[in-house]
Amino acid sequence: MAAQLSREQQGITLRGSAEIVAEFFSYGINSILYQRGIYPPETFTRVQKYGLTLLVTTDPELKNYLNNVVEQMKEWLYKCTVQRLVVVISSIENNEVLERWQFDIECDKNARGESAPREKSQKAIQDEIRSVIRQITATVTFLPLLETACAFDLLIYTDKDLVVPEKWEESGPQFIANSEEVRLRSFTTTIHKVNSMVAYKKDSFP
Amino acid sequence: MAHFVFEADLHGLLKLDTPIPNAPPARWQRKAKESACPGPGPSPAASMSPMKPANRSYSGSKTPSKTPGKSGSKVQSTPTKAGGDRYIPNRSTMQMEMANFLLTKENDPAENSPTKKEQQKSWAMNLNGFDVEEAKILRLSGKPQNAPEGYQNNLKVLYSQKTTPASSRKHGRYIPSMPDRILDAPEIRNDYYLNLIDWSSQNFLAVALDNCVYLWNHSTGEIIQLLQIENPDDYVSSVSWIKEGNYLAVGTRNAEVQLWDVQQQKRLRSMTSHSSRVGSLSWNSYILSSGSRTGHIHHHDVRVAEHHVATLTGHTQEVCGLKWSLDGRYLASGGNDNLVNIWPSVQGDSGDFTPVQTFTQHQGAVKAVAWCPWQSNVLATGGGTSDRHIRIWNVCSGTCLSAVDAHSQVCSILWSTTYKEFISGHGFAQNQLVIWKYPTMAKVTELRGHTARVLNLTMSPDGVTVASAAADETLRLWRCFEMDPIKKKEKEKANSAKSSIIHQGIR
Repeated sequence: MAAQLSREQQGITLRGSAEIVAEFFSYGINSILYQRGIYPPETFTRVQKYGLTLLVTTDPELKNYLNNVVEQMKEWLYKCTVQRLVVVISSIENNEVLERWQFDIECDKNARGESAPREKSQKAIQDEIRSVIRQITATVTFLPLLETACAFDLLIYTDKDLVVPEKWEESGPQFIANSEEVRLRSFTTTIHKVNSMVAYKKDSFP
Repeated sequence: MAHFVFEADLHGLLKLDTPIPNAPPARWQRKAKESACPGPGPSPAASMSPMKPANRSYSGSKTPSKTPGKSGSKVQSTPTKAGGDRYIPNRSTMQMEMANFLLTKENDPAENSPTKKEQQKSWAMNLNGFDVEEAKILRLSGKPQNAPEGYQNNLKVLYSQKTTPASSRKHGRYIPSMPDRILDAPEIRNDYYLNLIDWSSQNFLAVALDNCVYLWNHSTGEIIQLLQIENPDDYVSSVSWIKEGNYLAVGTRNAEVQLWDVQQQKRLRSMTSHSSRVGSLSWNSYILSSGSRTGHIHHHDVRVAEHHVATLTGHTQEVCGLKWSLDGRYLASGGNDNLVNIWPSVQGDSGDFTPVQTFTQHQGAVKAVAWCPWQSNVLATGGGTSDRHIRIWNVCSGTCLSAVDAHSQVCSILWSTTYKEFISGHGFAQNQLVIWKYPTMAKVTELRGHTARVLNLTMSPDGVTVASAAADETLRLWRCFEMDPIKKKEKEKANSAKSSIIHQGIR
């Protein structure tokens, strides 16, 4: 609590903003994986975050994979070279993309040179993040049921001149043919603004 | 050259038939002239070498070039020359591919205009969702592992579940599996967030059907229309009886809370303080609490002119479950923001109401909220489609005493006043009512019959009958908590030995 308060007084720095956004991605991806039933619910555990009960995976391999991505994201967020994160959910059987969760990131590149932190309370940001996560939870009611076993993939859109780090590779955008889109809420740390959207395959029935 | 011979013959014939001296030459004559004039004429050598482009336009060469790319495209750019004839095409010389290529090529420069370029770029942006020239898509190599083999999405389990064979487990009493009565409820609003039925202590069942409220007298079967809202946009979103049963509170879409005297069938007052529809109501003696779509809960003191005495701000979305505890000490509220808040009846030192407990464990909207009648600090709550759990709380300590997966949207919960049991109403897929034992949380029985999701449950004042309102536009009355002593007497008359067994079973 003390740490939170002191940070609140400090305002938002670029480093802190990158951390907040990366943390949001970590919880957001976990929520998607749980809510969409990509992994069995018993492999998730409840944690308190943003004043919500969220579910995060306990599977060591998956955890490790997500940590690697989120750590890399944090670095790119700090350098303001990342534009978008996409969670792609596709059928294991035929690799057809069924759902695409898109998080557009608008970086304020001016923040790189700034030394003074921005004014926005931690609580205000958390409230915004909370409503995004809650919307992710609530989407289950309108998203079509994933009939087949599904896998997920994470795509990160970065600036063109970025040197691809080891273990990373370039990929296609993996679009959904014939999709319906729903915009979700957005939040901003004043340095990074994240707009969320989910696209899903339209029902083939007329 | 065969057609030229034919033409010549035709020419001769025509001339013989109808000599037209000063007439302009026929079209075919002109054509023949034109095609003969510009070129040097087909020399035998030229016509034998198909790679020479100059003559191919009109020569009936038997070996036309099949490679349009190699032939001089400049010459070919006048397709009218091909054939040198009217409508007797020689397809082998027409070079469709070439013509098509040239035709499309001709349009190219126009497309390259700056505005077109812009347009193309924006199309690409739209189609790709990003500028190909400015972004790079990366992924961590190596797929994240897949879910274990044989795992099934639990939502799929929910939506494809079959009726499980009736439990062989014997429960200690007889519960009729069929409803006692079925009433029509035409135009009942199929909206999860509303609370449309309530049963008074004077045995009136109030039912809100769209813009009307009807009272059904359970003792006599008589039906009274209490009110009808004239405004076509407006509808009744919640009803709640005062404990004494003489007044009915009605919440409307237009954010009004009305108070009706049932004896007089008159509106006593209309209280406006909310800014959005009032989906939930609960009484605590003279305090009427109302929950609105804005997430605010207002306390109305119905005795005084300034009725709005307090505002509770603990929800960010629609409040759909609202219940005062039986001793009036706590108010439990559930909202679309997946929260359950427990509010004290009096404000804290600061003068503001702050929840004594906030439960965040539900993963869906919380509509079902019910206080245990024999343990004043025990609360049952149920979550919506994305949650499907029933949770039992100790509100003093804030602990979750037990949780059970109901495998379906929980629309309503009621505690029995006769047995240590509670009943829950569910939505998709079976639209059933389930009776649970407490605290073991064992399923006693399921009551099926509704063909669409159950919206609300309410209990008769004697605690025997449960009324369920469902989206299939029916109200069903289930005699599921039949009083034991009556049954015992009946049984005693019939068979004294049997009754003692039943007696044992219950204890």
